[in-house]
Amino acid sequence: MQRTGAQIVWECLLEEGVEIVFGYPGGANLPIYDAMLDYPIHHVLTRHEQGAAHMADGYARASGKVGVAMATSGPGATNLVTGIATAQMDSAPMVCITGQVASKLIGYDAFQETDVTGITLPITKHNYLVTRADEIMPAIREAFYIARSGRPGPVLVDITKDAQQAKVEDWEYDDRPIHLRGYRPDLRPAAESIRQAAEIINSAHRPVILAGQGVLLSGAMGELRQFAEMANIPVAVTLLGIGSLPASHPLNLGMMGMHGEAYVNTAIQEADLLLAFGMRFDDRVTGNLKTYGAKARKIHIDIDPSEINKNVKVDAGLVGNLREILQQLLPLLEPVDRSEWSAYIDGMRAEGAVRDIQNLPDDGHLYAAHVIHDLWRCTNGEATIVTDVGQHQMWTAQYYHIDKPHTFITSGGLGTMGFGLPAGIGAKLAIPEREVWVIAGDGGFQMTQAELSTAAQEGVKVNVAIINNGYLGMVRQWQEFFYQRRYAATPIRSPDFVKLAEAHGLAGLCVNRRDQVEEAIHAAQKTDGTVVVDFRVEQEDSVYPMVPAGADLDKMIRRPSRLVEMAADEMEK
Amino acid sequence: MQHTLVILVEDKPGVLNRVASLFRRRNFNIESLTVGHTDNPGVSRMTLVVDGDQVSVERLTSYLYKLVNVIQVEDLTEKPMVSRDLAMIKVSTTSEKRAEIIQMVDVFRARVVDVTANALIIEVTGDEGKINGLVDVLKPLGIIEMVRTGTVAMARGGDPLMANNGNGNGKVYETASVA
Repeated sequence: MQRTGAQIVWECLLEEGVEIVFGYPGGANLPIYDAMLDYPIHHVLTRHEQGAAHMADGYARASGKVGVAMATSGPGATNLVTGIATAQMDSAPMVCITGQVASKLIGYDAFQETDVTGITLPITKHNYLVTRADEIMPAIREAFYIARSGRPGPVLVDITKDAQQAKVEDWEYDDRPIHLRGYRPDLRPAAESIRQAAEIINSAHRPVILAGQGVLLSGAMGELRQFAEMANIPVAVTLLGIGSLPASHPLNLGMMGMHGEAYVNTAIQEADLLLAFGMRFDDRVTGNLKTYGAKARKIHIDIDPSEINKNVKVDAGLVGNLREILQQLLPLLEPVDRSEWSAYIDGMRAEGAVRDIQNLPDDGHLYAAHVIHDLWRCTNGEATIVTDVGQHQMWTAQYYHIDKPHTFITSGGLGTMGFGLPAGIGAKLAIPEREVWVIAGDGGFQMTQAELSTAAQEGVKVNVAIINNGYLGMVRQWQEFFYQRRYAATPIRSPDFVKLAEAHGLAGLCVNRRDQVEEAIHAAQKTDGTVVVDFRVEQEDSVYPMVPAGADLDKMIRRPSRLVEMAADEMEK
Repeated sequence: MQHTLVILVEDKPGVLNRVASLFRRRNFNIESLTVGHTDNPGVSRMTLVVDGDQVSVERLTSYLYKLVNVIQVEDLTEKPMVSRDLAMIKVSTTSEKRAEIIQMVDVFRARVVDVTANALIIEVTGDEGKINGLVDVLKPLGIIEMVRTGTVAMARGGDPLMANNGNGNGKVYETASVA
């Protein structure tokens, strides 16, 4: 059958099982948009291409499917860049399809021409420039294959306008398996390496598992749980590893790293074995590499060989699919009594609790931790939580206890402010029956608040909790700790978020006191359509504990606690 | 220390840019880089000389493998190998000095490939040290311009570089560091 290049784009998307794309039309992708009307794929018009990329990303992370974003050439494509880099850093499977000026104009600085494959080269897993209609199908098929296999990531396909318009005679979809001679998504470790790793594990007395997003991406949640329970090993999670083991599981210590609880980081520093499962020893996780886990042997399991020995030199590196490797390790585990180690960690946990703001006397102020704790309670911990970036993100990681995998979506590696709202819309469209809460700061929310309009147009219901403290809070916190409270450019004025929501035909609520929080959450849940709740929280609160950048992992700034100080005074007397 | 890597890549537009861009992105300095066709259609071969310790070159190798178009990477540094660089050196000359220059060229087993009234072009092939040696002796005589290809290298012996036809899929991945 005869097909235009533009029709081939949609035929390929249908074959890949795509049901929804996020995008923005323009001159260089007009043929693709024209052909779209004849295909049963829903298109979400965003207000900015960055929003399209984050929505595709949020969609991908919530569903496990490949998210698709579309943009025109030039500014359309460059606007995708932040979203692509976000997906790349967090290994989210995404395919971006951009229009490009006609092939005969490439290189002549044509209207809306940019070298998009050049620009996105270091922030994509791979990319393609397609200048002929008959090259569209192989490029898109390979793009989906690469995006979802191995360590997932974003792939961009840039298609010239003449390729979209050209016709291919006798076109047929090619469904043969893809083989790329230079691409190795399915490496596996030697049996001998597995056996040696098991020996190291069985001889450890104070081990800690470091669970990262690789657990979620390989679907190894069951294997992780079995592993931890069988060998009685506590599990610390990375920010993106949240959900890999239920927060309520007794072996789950919680988040590690810069804003991890003190006992989690201390356990890591005291461990004699670190088992890194699908995580990459990011600097926010390790602190000072010279002193990181100095007493521990290390076993690193990752699907990406370049992660082994990158930041932390390990004793054993197993490259391959985490789930399969854990399945091979499980029968080799021997029961070892590690009760002394568990008791030691539990003792530290109790000490941390007295500093927790939840346990401090009510001083009449509304703290972000209260809001997020109440949100967790009122949603039975079952909502899909999508955060922006900053203090609220860390508080959410600390106080919203996630039990289910793929229900915590956040920009970890790139730390992209403005991610929350669009990613939340994408997550909701991926699984419409789930309750979605976007938690954002007043700064980050304003970066992409235009997407409220998208939510209104699509009739999507996301609940937005703005943790509004009048500052770019995380930067302010660093200024407080490390720059003598010189608050350069961090005070931020916001619009009236209630009126902003109403201007979009949406509902808005404002909360100033703790006793209003629960009521507002329930009101938001009951309202049709997207709701914005503006929580006016304590302005100069900080995220504790905090490991200053580059400091030893167990050298934390702790929350000043009157109770702890009083106890210390008592002891001195 | 200097490492000599051979990289087999798919012969597609933009692949050189991907490789070169990776070096910039990961903060490595390229000492020399050459690219050319192989006897295998669709496969190009790069020889790359890079300065770095063993650990950083291993890191670099795994980053190279992340590029979808990179088929194989081999570090020849510790292996018996032949490496060659080709240079053309244009030297200013007069009829009196010409004989002296040609004598030096012979000592280095180089060749004169162009002669004019006031200049010679000398072609020399060899490892880096040999070429640097010739350049040193020619310098006082007045080098007008010089061009070098950069190093190309090949392992000695009969084993082919492409052991498994470049298909790494499903292969067992051994890390050197299992304790």
